[in-house]
Amino acid sequence: MATIVHAAETLTAGRLPRATVPVSLVGSVLLGYALAILFTGGANIGLAVALAYLLFLLVMEIATRVVEGPRQASDRRATNLVVGAFVLALLPLGSLVWEVLSKGIPRFDVPFFSQSMRNVVGAGGGAIHAVWGTVYVTGMATLISVPIGLLTAIYLAEYGVRNRLSKAITFFVDVMTGVPSIVAGLFAYALMGLLLGPGSRSGFAGSIALSVLMIPVVVRSSEELLKLVPNELREAAYALGVPKWLTIVKVVLPTAVSGLVSGVILAIARVIGETAPLLIAAGFTASMNNNLFENPMMTLPVFVYDSYAHPGTDVQAYWDRAWAGALTLILIVMILNLAGRLIARRFAPKTR
Amino acid sequence: MSKRIETTDLNVYYGNFRAVEDVTITIEPRSVTAFIGPSGCGKSTFLRTLNRMHEVIPGAYVEGEVLLDGENLYGPGVDPVRVRRQVGMVFQRPNPFPTMSIKENVLAGIRLNNRRMPKADQDDLVERSLRGANLWEEVKNRLDLPGSGLSGGQQQRLCIARAIAMEPQVLLMDEPCSALDPISTLAIEDLMSELKEQYTIVIVTHNMQQAARVSDVTAFFNIAGTGSPGKLIEVGPTDKIFSAPDVQATEDYISGRFG
Repeated sequence: MATIVHAAETLTAGRLPRATVPVSLVGSVLLGYALAILFTGGANIGLAVALAYLLFLLVMEIATRVVEGPRQASDRRATNLVVGAFVLALLPLGSLVWEVLSKGIPRFDVPFFSQSMRNVVGAGGGAIHAVWGTVYVTGMATLISVPIGLLTAIYLAEYGVRNRLSKAITFFVDVMTGVPSIVAGLFAYALMGLLLGPGSRSGFAGSIALSVLMIPVVVRSSEELLKLVPNELREAAYALGVPKWLTIVKVVLPTAVSGLVSGVILAIARVIGETAPLLIAAGFTASMNNNLFENPMMTLPVFVYDSYAHPGTDVQAYWDRAWAGALTLILIVMILNLAGRLIARRFAPKTR
Repeated sequence: MSKRIETTDLNVYYGNFRAVEDVTITIEPRSVTAFIGPSGCGKSTFLRTLNRMHEVIPGAYVEGEVLLDGENLYGPGVDPVRVRRQVGMVFQRPNPFPTMSIKENVLAGIRLNNRRMPKADQDDLVERSLRGANLWEEVKNRLDLPGSGLSGGQQQRLCIARAIAMEPQVLLMDEPCSALDPISTLAIEDLMSELKEQYTIVIVTHNMQQAARVSDVTAFFNIAGTGSPGKLIEVGPTDKIFSAPDVQATEDYISGRFG
């Protein structure tokens, strides 16, 4: 009979002092910085950070292995690698936010939100026409996509469970998810051309293009959420003699509503920054346009693209406006996300 | 306010698979009938055919007839929704609606069906149903709090209150106590003996002592083996089934020789 050989009979093991992590982190940073200067003769921050991270990994590995043992060493190695990857992933985001904030703030002022670009060639002017355009076009796209997407999801999750039609719908929805946005724009442009005569651009055409992109997102997220509603609740309603459609309207949808709302908000956030389809379908204009169905309508992504790609005589003024437009777009998406969370919390089923 | 159920040669299928074979049974009004038997013997499936709840599962269908006071539940033109308004059901796991308060849960059958009712009548119905389910004293001060905040046993009694608020003719209970502790189980068993004054009660249980305690009639279901359909082996007064059953298999099951 084999016996298990214990490495040591005690239950205690060596522990590194608490200060080890911060001390070795500071040490590695200083040493990495010094090495970077030594190698390149100048302060190369990227190299210094990379060297510091490698040094830190090495120091912690040796210290833990000697004092605490190999099991804790691999635990710490994994932790350090995961944290390192996380920081690396956050760097572009932080840099992006910093760039947009620092370059967007100078023109993030009252005229930017009170004037359009009508009769403006140099400095001054604003993006009010683009802000409203984005609100109109995205709002209309939401009005088109949510009923279609939600009803499709209800069919898939409640009525056509695994029948042929629902399999076909799921397949085509997946195909639609992969449609390049420029194709959606061309589709909307061609459709409006057929209906209203060639070359017609309008905010509504932009809404149609965005709906093509938005519907599959709404369908997939809503379908998943409806499937999460426990079957027991449906059975409870059926057992009370409630017809199927009332069960869906009054039990299934209210139970899933918080998730449905966040799904819709995420879908809006996904399409609000689309540039290519709006470039084709909604077109450019320098003026305010309150009519979705006639004449081109400016939107924020197109405004940013246009200001950056076609600066007039005063290049800096156009670029400043472009960054302010980008900042506005990021803020709108952020506000949408916050609103989505608040709504989700407001509607979530309470337990106490 | 209770009706007799009679089935003749009832077969239940899930697609090509025959789950229950040739059940002929009469369930008397104002009594508790218990279905016992090993797992997978079709007693829950059979129970669900009594209010057409098995139709929720795609591919399930029934051959034969179920008569509710002489009216065939599977006759042409019968609306399953109307059947379920007469034959209520309580499930194995308590399933109050999470988006509704205690009061709304009791009124769910009214509200979900878009029926209008004066507020005073609603309050009456809530109190009557909760008293009927022995829950009124425990929740009367928190009727507007969510039903999912109650304990498991209270939630199950809330589900019973919800079912009897519809004033059904028959109450089906699918292992109503299997997720509950002995105290809550006792509360629900007491409730069953009160409810049988008014309703026809059918209960599926794995607990033979429970069947012996609460039921007037016991029906024993069994299967020959995996893949073969469940059959009704024997039905009779509970005293007789538990003391001198006619069939050897029933005695073996009850005395714990198998299952």
